[in-house]
Amino acid sequence: MTGPDILFGVYCPPHPQPLLSPEASDGYGKLRDAFETCRKRIEESEADLILVYSTTWPSIIGHQIQAHPEPEWVHVDDDFHFLGSMPYKFRMDVEFAEAFRDAAESRGLQSRTVAYDGFPIDTGSVVALKLLNPENRIPACIVSSNMYANRAETIVLGKSARDAIQEQGKKAVVVVVSSLSNRMFTEHIDPTEDGIHSAKDDEWNRKILEFFDDGRLEDLSQLSREIHGQIRVQKVVAYKPAWWMSATMGQHNNYTGEVLAYEALHGSGGAVVMLTPASGSVGDKEFDEDDVEHYHGDRGVLDKGAL
Amino acid sequence: MAKGEIVLGCLAPHPPHVVYAENPEQNEAFSEGGWETLRWGYNRLARKLKTIDYDAMVIFTPHWQTYIGTHFLGLPEFKSKSVDPVFPNIFRFNYDISVDVDLAEKMCKVAGESGIVTKMMRNPDFRIDYGTITSCHMLNPEWDRPLVTISSNRNAHYYSPEVMNEQASALGEACAKAIEESGKKVVLISSHSLSHRHFVTESPLPEDMSREHIYNHSQYVWDMKLVDLMREGKMREVIDIMPEFTEQTIAETEAGGLTWMMAAMGYPDYPAEIYGYQSVIGTGNLIAAWDPMEATREVVL
Ligand SMILES: [Fe+2]
Repeated sequence: MTGPDILFGVYCPPHPQPLLSPEASDGYGKLRDAFETCRKRIEESEADLILVYSTTWPSIIGHQIQAHPEPEWVHVDDDFHFLGSMPYKFRMDVEFAEAFRDAAESRGLQSRTVAYDGFPIDTGSVVALKLLNPENRIPACIVSSNMYANRAETIVLGKSARDAIQEQGKKAVVVVVSSLSNRMFTEHIDPTEDGIHSAKDDEWNRKILEFFDDGRLEDLSQLSREIHGQIRVQKVVAYKPAWWMSATMGQHNNYTGEVLAYEALHGSGGAVVMLTPASGSVGDKEFDEDDVEHYHGDRGVLDKGAL
Repeated sequence: MAKGEIVLGCLAPHPPHVVYAENPEQNEAFSEGGWETLRWGYNRLARKLKTIDYDAMVIFTPHWQTYIGTHFLGLPEFKSKSVDPVFPNIFRFNYDISVDVDLAEKMCKVAGESGIVTKMMRNPDFRIDYGTITSCHMLNPEWDRPLVTISSNRNAHYYSPEVMNEQASALGEACAKAIEESGKKVVLISSHSLSHRHFVTESPLPEDMSREHIYNHSQYVWDMKLVDLMREGKMREVIDIMPEFTEQTIAETEAGGLTWMMAAMGYPDYPAEIYGYQSVIGTGNLIAAWDPMEATREVVL
């Protein structure tokens, strides 16, 4: 059996500067150029779906999937409202959204599509879709990041996306919207003086980018808990993007990695990375966390005979 | 000019479910009711507010999250639609609100002078968060007073609940000073639940009250501990245990609202008026008010 047709993956930051103020600093401009490179690569590919997982769209009731055929609004960021508004009109693949929901439900996840006029699409998704697919040439799908979901649930969500891509016979580009280190400066800054918040965050970001450059996506997935502890502000329970991206793209290390840019975004680590499936591998590692196919919900401690 | 004053402080939780259950004309979704304990409590507090003379409401909301300082709404009018990103099935509210920009600017200035990082929000496309809308609608369904929304800076995420407590207190003190200088009579609103663990599933009919209960008993016990202290007028103690309460119940107090309001009101040592407690999708929600005027202070529940 051949797997689903995933052409390549893009990992990119959620902050609005590359969209709204690329001229404000060399770094923002480099990130914008890297988005441009990805846009061209998507245009030159045979992609018929852009699937976005956004860390700036939190959900509570399971996993929400955008299914409005043409969501339209003028978005403004909570922190960076002074950089300007982000008018958008996107084209969503409604059939895919429904297939993704069904696939998620059949693997035991709570999931629902959302299709409401004026639904607030998050900053990260708006930035990614406006920069990667400005003409809406390719229909898109966006899935939320559940606040309470941890590793098992996130990996199963990735596998559901994979099921749906395969079932629909799509040629997909997978986009993960997330910072690396996500601690921002807590004061307003001159953009030309932007930099990574701390040397420690910078060192960890560079180590992660070495893995990306080597195409070691599953290794990053396995390192997620460590990454969360080291360089992620504890807003949510875990650093989930690598879990989802690796599960969606096939849980291996066989990619050609390209780090197109790495720059600071108000102190956080912003990187634009492409991962294209390849034949060679850095090697198969031995992993000590169990793989999971189906989500069975939270396990109670007291009712499992642990006492 | 007479000194301005805080005429009432309200703890006003904002699950959009209560607006949904009221079926106001501004909301597109239709319900068969639900969550009466909270709604009737809100209705009672709204009636009390009608007897109070005030110029503006100042609301601190967890759903305008900022990491770079504290932001204040800074344009006189906002008119648009607010769709809840988490519960869009029940909350799609068409709003038309007016803002007391003078008061907002004064609070921003005084807070800035006291060392707090601040910013006025002047983008006309900015969308008002559903926390502000829910709490304000339930307290004043006529929307006949201007308001000021203050964003919640997420110190608890970046540092700890202890730092949140310190910074929210400083902001509360600065806002109280600005209100005094403004000469206005102001109602403060701290918009949030207490314990805040949600169910991650929803019944087919969200207002099916046969499914509604607190997420777990320890959340309930913590919530009741706070209610008891409020009844006894021990608000300093409530704020002192706030870091532990917040961590134990992943409470929405992590945004700093209650600490901000209590600091602004000088940590009341008189009993709070309790208007109702009920769970919404597993979270613990209390409506309470602090009336500085002994003559009008009531034992409600
Ligand atoms: Fe909330």
